[in-house]
Amino acid sequence: MTRPLIELRNVEKRYGDVLALAGVSADIREGEFFSLLGPSGCGKTTLLRTIAGFEEPSSGDVFIDGRSMEGVPANQRPTNMVFQSYAIFPHLTVGQNVGFGLRRKGLARADLAREVAGALAMVGLGGYEDRASHALSGGQRQRVALARALILKPRVLLLDEPLSALDKKLREQMQVELRRLQRQVGITFILVTHDQEEALIMSDRIAVMFDGEIAQLDSPQALYRRPVSRRVAEFIGVMNFIDASVTGQGADGVAVEVAGLGRVTLPEAQCPGGVAGGAASVGIRPETMTILFDGAGTQGRVTEGSVEEVVYYGDMTYYDIRLDGVERPVTISMRNLVGRRVLERGERARVAWDAGSMVLFR
Amino acid sequence: MRKRISGLGIYAVAYLVFLYLPVVLLPLFAFNDATIIAFPLSGFTTAWFGQLLEIEALHAAVVNSLWIGVTTAVLSTILGICAARASARFEFPAKRGIMGLIMLPLVLPEIIVAVALLVVLLQLGINLSAWTVILGHVLICTPFSIAILSSAFLNLDRSLEEAAYDLGETKWSTFRLITLPLVMPGIISSLLISFTISLDEFIIAFFLTGNEPTLPVYLWSQLRFPTKIPVVMALGTILLAASLILLTAAEYFRRRGVARSGAKDSGGFL
Repeated sequence: MTRPLIELRNVEKRYGDVLALAGVSADIREGEFFSLLGPSGCGKTTLLRTIAGFEEPSSGDVFIDGRSMEGVPANQRPTNMVFQSYAIFPHLTVGQNVGFGLRRKGLARADLAREVAGALAMVGLGGYEDRASHALSGGQRQRVALARALILKPRVLLLDEPLSALDKKLREQMQVELRRLQRQVGITFILVTHDQEEALIMSDRIAVMFDGEIAQLDSPQALYRRPVSRRVAEFIGVMNFIDASVTGQGADGVAVEVAGLGRVTLPEAQCPGGVAGGAASVGIRPETMTILFDGAGTQGRVTEGSVEEVVYYGDMTYYDIRLDGVERPVTISMRNLVGRRVLERGERARVAWDAGSMVLFR
Repeated sequence: MRKRISGLGIYAVAYLVFLYLPVVLLPLFAFNDATIIAFPLSGFTTAWFGQLLEIEALHAAVVNSLWIGVTTAVLSTILGICAARASARFEFPAKRGIMGLIMLPLVLPEIIVAVALLVVLLQLGINLSAWTVILGHVLICTPFSIAILSSAFLNLDRSLEEAAYDLGETKWSTFRLITLPLVMPGIISSLLISFTISLDEFIIAFFLTGNEPTLPVYLWSQLRFPTKIPVVMALGTILLAASLILLTAAEYFRRRGVARSGAKDSGGFL
């Protein structure tokens, strides 16, 4: 097996008494789109800046390409960064900005111009060489920052919340475009973001960080379907938590008594956070439960409840339903298919659910 | 609708008249064809300006003042760059106290600074010369330089420097290629303002100058001779014009710098 491109070995960073990174270990593979996802202050930006060389770890090691980065300053690392503010040099033209990193390579004028034109074309800004950089729009600045970093063909491109300054429409467009660009150039991207949707859309793998530690490192699907803790589950999408207690463990899985829903058996894979006896909870995503309209049948188990709240989104409707015997109401999302009516508050509803979409939390 | 003249309006006008009428009188009498400074005016002449060209002691004073002004401007701007960058970029112990003490000469009465410096210099056995004046002027100009340059450095997005460093430049070439060009308007503004302050400064120059007086000191010495007052007026007019031009230029560069770094204008001296 080939060695991972970036190896983080127990990376710790202290600022005085504050522990910004509490021993982070992870492998990042060649050519993957990797995201560091977490709330503000979780250490994700510190970790990115440690990989870039702007911060020295207090202890632990960063390896890039099998080489320890200890004592290697940012200007000598095979990494380039796209900053949150884009950091476009305001006194230089677009072309001078993009070609800035090639200045030291001593290229002939024509070669330099060709490289710059190529990089600009790659980000969809062909012919922008002589534009003044302060006249660019937010999306264009972002593209210039990308071209400027990618022109050096780094081993790793580091992106620090690159889309947070853009409005919603442009952001969604750039998410798709960044992903396409990453596949096209084949360079490893490491993205820092606090937007779980953005991370899910773009990444091959995501490291969810809380309090300076990686809580879970997984593919988007695994992260969404099998979160290891309630905290991860809550941070990524919406999840309903129902009180439960572990009553036994057999060959086919863990026997769990779920309040109001009865006894279920959850295979090992549905207990990603491990199993402990006694009080626990199970999590179930809103879209994995179904409201049965007008006597429709199902293979799953069915329970009843009353509608407490209805939120209509156009394509979807979100219901808060108090299931009989369950303490807190659960959120259920239903697609508004043709001919399907929207329930009203106070109505009774039959809800189908399946133990296969449950996750056990300790 | 009739506009009411408010009390505040009258106050504002009276204030401006009080502030600028004496200044306006300066060029008025500089071109007046009479040795006595009094109304009515007796006619237009440029003779006083012509006489300026013939006084050698005056020329020496002008050269002396220019030399002191330029040296002061360069020295205080260099000190200002160091202090402004340090205070904008780094946290260090007692930062507020240190910056406060550096800025103190801004509000300290000049006569106290001048006398204190004179006592110290005499105690140390240092002869008074242009350099002692420069010393005093650097002391009072540096706070102005820091104030101007601080806003230039604070407006500079730190990630610009990091980006250049990340793209392979060294710390020094980053400073030269990115930092310096972006704060250059602030540096020019600082040079011009320090130069102007030094050129006009009288008290410190009066106490610390040796036997080569600066222009303001020379002017003051000439006031003892009533017949020379129109010449002094003429010289004053030239100085006034020069100061106005320099300050306008300084403010122009400061504003351009703010616009260039894309920040909001947060005041300045003008």
